[in-house]
Amino acid sequence: MNVHGILAIYKFEMARALRTLWQSLVTPVITTSLYFVVFGGALGSQIKEVDGIAYGSFIVPGLIMMSLLTQSISNASIGIYFPKFTGTIFELLSAPISSMEMVIGFVGAAATKSVVLGLIILATAALFVPIPIHHPFAMVAFLLLTSITFSLFGFIIGVWAKGFEQLNFVPALLITPLTFLGGAFYSISKLPDPWRTFSLFNPVVYLVSGFRWSFFDKGDVPVGISLAATGGFMLLCLVTIAWIFRTGYRLKN
Amino acid sequence: MSEPILSVRGVSKTYASGVHALHAVDLDINKGEIFALLGPNGAGKTTLISIICGIVTPSTGTITVGGFDAIGQPKRARRQIGLVPQELATDMFETVESTCRFSRGLFGHPQKSGHIDEVLKDLSLYEKRKAKIMELSGGMKRRVLIAKALAHEPDILFLDEPTAGVDVELRRDMWKLVHRLREKGTTIILTTHYIEEAEEMADRVGVISGGKLLVVDEKAALMKKLGKRELDIALNEAMDTIPGELGDWDLSLENEGKTLRYVFDAQAERTGIPSLLRKLADLNIGFKDLETSKSSLEDIFVDLVKEGGK
Repeated sequence: MNVHGILAIYKFEMARALRTLWQSLVTPVITTSLYFVVFGGALGSQIKEVDGIAYGSFIVPGLIMMSLLTQSISNASIGIYFPKFTGTIFELLSAPISSMEMVIGFVGAAATKSVVLGLIILATAALFVPIPIHHPFAMVAFLLLTSITFSLFGFIIGVWAKGFEQLNFVPALLITPLTFLGGAFYSISKLPDPWRTFSLFNPVVYLVSGFRWSFFDKGDVPVGISLAATGGFMLLCLVTIAWIFRTGYRLKN
Repeated sequence: MSEPILSVRGVSKTYASGVHALHAVDLDINKGEIFALLGPNGAGKTTLISIICGIVTPSTGTITVGGFDAIGQPKRARRQIGLVPQELATDMFETVESTCRFSRGLFGHPQKSGHIDEVLKDLSLYEKRKAKIMELSGGMKRRVLIAKALAHEPDILFLDEPTAGVDVELRRDMWKLVHRLREKGTTIILTTHYIEEAEEMADRVGVISGGKLLVVDEKAALMKKLGKRELDIALNEAMDTIPGELGDWDLSLENEGKTLRYVFDAQAERTGIPSLLRKLADLNIGFKDLETSKSSLEDIFVDLVKEGGK
């Protein structure tokens, strides 16, 4: 096991985040606060409660999930895309480091950043509304699992992307809509059929639901299913990454 | 003779685009030598290096580095190799020191600041160790790439076109550095398309063209083979044909008959130049200028390929 190699990549990626601390952490915090002002303040006064939870509190897990997904993907995808873009990837490819070790370094750093970000958003939200956490361990578990899974997904996108446009393509055209339609701001049980049934095909529903359950002990789908869906997606990402490194897809000639 | 430190057997590469970059290359590198891989642009030099370093997957063939199979035991093999690429690919926002630390860690070495300091001093980069790479000049960036490769104490160092686009002073420094590294026991493989560079630095030279390794030989032996020179004689009046009296010399007409070109062996005791000039005077052929040049590498390749075809 090349522990020094993993640490080198991890530190390098964390240093990159510290260099751009402003955009890495402050921007998402400001964005989240804006969501609070709009959804929690302006609209929340009209909606009052969802499933017996004050609307301002109800949207917190969804907001955290949304940032977690977009930031995990963008962190991890840029992490591997940038060396491809500048050409410094030659060093990673020629180093005595296995693909698994490389993924641990990159994805570990991206997931760390996401978890820190999630906790900061949670703390920010706590300034606005009361937030009960019924299942703190499950909350942390979902935070970790989601961050790792979507950092893996971001890594895949970073390898696949041939340009900066493609790098933004998936988060903007896939993740943001899925999050908005994934019950971040509403309970899908309130939707009329067929929209409710459609929503069950949206993987983000399971993430938000499970995460919300860990806060309020209530979710749109049973927590076991949420966990299984997230784990399943993680497995899919791992298999894809294994395939990428075995074939050298878009990394090696 | 001792075991070669690097052994390439039957390595060929066909890219997905259908380009045959390498044809069954066999090559042995001895421990502690400086080996120059000489060839024109597009000959397959970088492909061969990339395959040995694990960046490109070979279509066929095997590579053994210090006794370890590069494909079967990539970690053991790669740990011994340092690569300085041709392109100036650097992490622009990093400092010189941190990027060297990164390389050292990546290759599995614990951080030991003494070694990196030494490397930086050796490359006259120590003063700049806290500078961001983007602030450095092109020549300095190349030094940084060398420092990164040396940061993990490789036994074999690959220098891909180390002096391409580099000023004369840095080129001299580079040559000195290569000799110093060899004294420390590092095996060095460099690619170049300058004959004089191979001549200056290498113990042995391999000539590659069109993806084939045409010849591998001791430098002195090869330079003799390749050491053809040309004498261009600018004539006062253009000629249609070369007079029969000049049949003893290897002559050709260039530049619409205005230039008489004589190809000769610079290593030979008698070049034939004085006698040629006397003969021209005897024949009343006037000339206004003389110019000698080494025959270009392309010419030499043409010769080698022809020889190979015979």
